[in-house]
Amino acid sequence: MAELSYRDAVIRGIAQEMERDERVVMIGEDIAKAGGVFKATVGLYDRFGPRRVRDTPISEQAILGAAMGAAMTGLRPIAEIMFSDFIAVCFDYIANEFPKTRYMTNGQMGCPLVVRTGNGGGVRFGAQHSQSVENWSMMIPGLKVVAPSSPADVVGLMAAAIRDNDPVIFHEHKALYATKGEVPDGEIIDTLGTAKILKAGSDCTIVALAMMVPRSLEAAAILERDHGIKAEVVDLRSLVPLDTRTILGSVAKTGRLFTVEENPRLCGWGAEIASIVADEAFWDLDGPIVRITTPHIPLPAADHLEDLAIPSVDRIVARVSRVMNG
Amino acid sequence: MNRKGGTTAVTVQSANDDIGIEKRLELYRLQVEIRDCEKRAYDLFMQNLIKGTSHLSLGQEAIAAAFGVAMEKNDKSFCTYRGHAHTLARGVGMEKMLGELMLRDVGLMRGKGGSMHLTSVEHGVMGSYAIIGAHLPIACGSAWRAQYLGEPDVAVCFFGDGTTNIGAFHEALNFAAIWKLPVVFVCENNLYMEYTPIHEVIPVENPAGDRAGAYGLEKIVIDGNDADVVFRTARAAIEKARAGEGPSLIEALTYRHSGHSRADPAKYRPSGELEKWLERDPLKIYRARLEEHGVAGDTIAAIEAESKRKVDEATEVCKASPPAPVELLTTDVYADGGWAWRN
Ligand SMILES: Cc1ncc(C[n+]2csc(CCOP(=O)(O)OP(=O)(O)O)c2C)c(N)n1
Repeated sequence: MAELSYRDAVIRGIAQEMERDERVVMIGEDIAKAGGVFKATVGLYDRFGPRRVRDTPISEQAILGAAMGAAMTGLRPIAEIMFSDFIAVCFDYIANEFPKTRYMTNGQMGCPLVVRTGNGGGVRFGAQHSQSVENWSMMIPGLKVVAPSSPADVVGLMAAAIRDNDPVIFHEHKALYATKGEVPDGEIIDTLGTAKILKAGSDCTIVALAMMVPRSLEAAAILERDHGIKAEVVDLRSLVPLDTRTILGSVAKTGRLFTVEENPRLCGWGAEIASIVADEAFWDLDGPIVRITTPHIPLPAADHLEDLAIPSVDRIVARVSRVMNG
Repeated sequence: MNRKGGTTAVTVQSANDDIGIEKRLELYRLQVEIRDCEKRAYDLFMQNLIKGTSHLSLGQEAIAAAFGVAMEKNDKSFCTYRGHAHTLARGVGMEKMLGELMLRDVGLMRGKGGSMHLTSVEHGVMGSYAIIGAHLPIACGSAWRAQYLGEPDVAVCFFGDGTTNIGAFHEALNFAAIWKLPVVFVCENNLYMEYTPIHEVIPVENPAGDRAGAYGLEKIVIDGNDADVVFRTARAAIEKARAGEGPSLIEALTYRHSGHSRADPAKYRPSGELEKWLERDPLKIYRARLEEHGVAGDTIAAIEAESKRKVDEATEVCKASPPAPVELLTTDVYADGGWAWRN
């Protein structure tokens, strides 16, 4: 067991798989010698060489297109899109190409690749470098969508994503890169589509993802201490596949559901979860389902404004306690 | 011919006979079969047996046929929604092709893909891409894999003149050039981008040829209606790629005899333009070429008769085939064969 940063966990997860399988290759902008703009690929170039860790021009379509062509014909590429906002520049591949290949060729070819990307806000980068875009790809049949919150999950889910035979969009949270956590030694392989209950509780369920997980855990501790509310915190870890069993199980126990989302409110993933729970567990509910989200705005750069926009620990505590105390 | 109908210089001249009679017969056979099959597709539209849309390449057969003959079995082709010809040229059977257009169980994807998504991995037909330009970077990826694993196959990527204005075209060309990828880009310049004449939307004479230099590539503009010219160019470019000498960008000048798609009567074409190009019909040119090389009329007639027989037979097979089975609706969304996104 060693303490590892989220950033180093990315490197460790990738290295583990590159060591194991020669077909695993990496492409992206500044990922090789420079080690990535977030330093999340440092050392991989030195370890695996220019053949396997390759810099590309600023050509997001070429990066994802090439990853797809290579994946279709036998490699296991990991493509980096520097900031997740830039996925918009190459969205054709995310929306039309990767996810439809298997279906429209009637299973003749698939697209086993991983798109890693720096997602989310909290680091004052402004409206075009801070978005939380995991719901952009969640709505597309054929993709898998992952967003881990802890270093140990990063390693295991990265390995699972690379070994998966479907295209996976892997969201690394920019504001979590420096955070640390214990990571077990040796090879780690996790399972996509498994949520984790990080804190047990009997009064309400809080479902969160990525940076909203540590904030929800902190909020849950305050809720218990100051308000006597025992919240159960579920880390989704992946949106597709979605572990509805764990969510429904938790709601059956607590009778209340809150989702904490960093993405803007409209069509956020919490709406899908609210709909599933309303549809399938309505009689378990003791009150309305409540979504805590960023408002429907682009993100401001000013620190106090950004802090107001993205759900904070205080906002989670205030909202949950107000709703629970009716 | 260039877009104004005049003759343009070609970098590869058809002169001495380095092709051989066997390949010549193959080139003719493919062109005839592609023509007959696409004409049949048109008839089937008229009988409402083909639904949706479809894009014929009547008049452009020489390019597909020549590349089909020049490519090795393991080479990979990437084409567009106008991909019937390229699919047949790689050896895919007519009933598989027509069956897919008719959305029948016998089709290449059993009706799940349709005319714009013809794919036969077994034949190296790595998909038909309906979003303009998307497949150029994808072809780069296949070439990258070949380079990485030391496999000898070359990726050949077909697209239209209009595609050269898409960002992915430029990204792919630059990417392929700097990585020296074994990929051959083939622009079939049929003078129209859907309904708009290409010269109205580009500032240069040759949409691909004139841009090649920007990526350190040679300008290659050829007569796309002469299968010999295309074959020689294809062979040279594929050999170059296979030898590790990097990509080529070829612009083949041609003309589509029909409209852009099923719905298009092509009324925007100036009068006399089609007639001029019909005189340079690739099949007509090639028939004369065979005669020039002493191929007997009987041999030519036999190829033509055999093609008609094949098309009739394939049509009957397709008509008798059931529609796409209902259980396919939810198969192969994910790699486990199913469509489950939740537990
Ligand atoms: C990105 C994108 N934009 C627009 C279209 C609609 N569209 C389909 S075919 C076509 C014309 C393409 O012309 P060209 O590249 O010359 O190919 P051709 O049809 O002549 O073979 C257009 C605009 C599309 N499929 N994809």
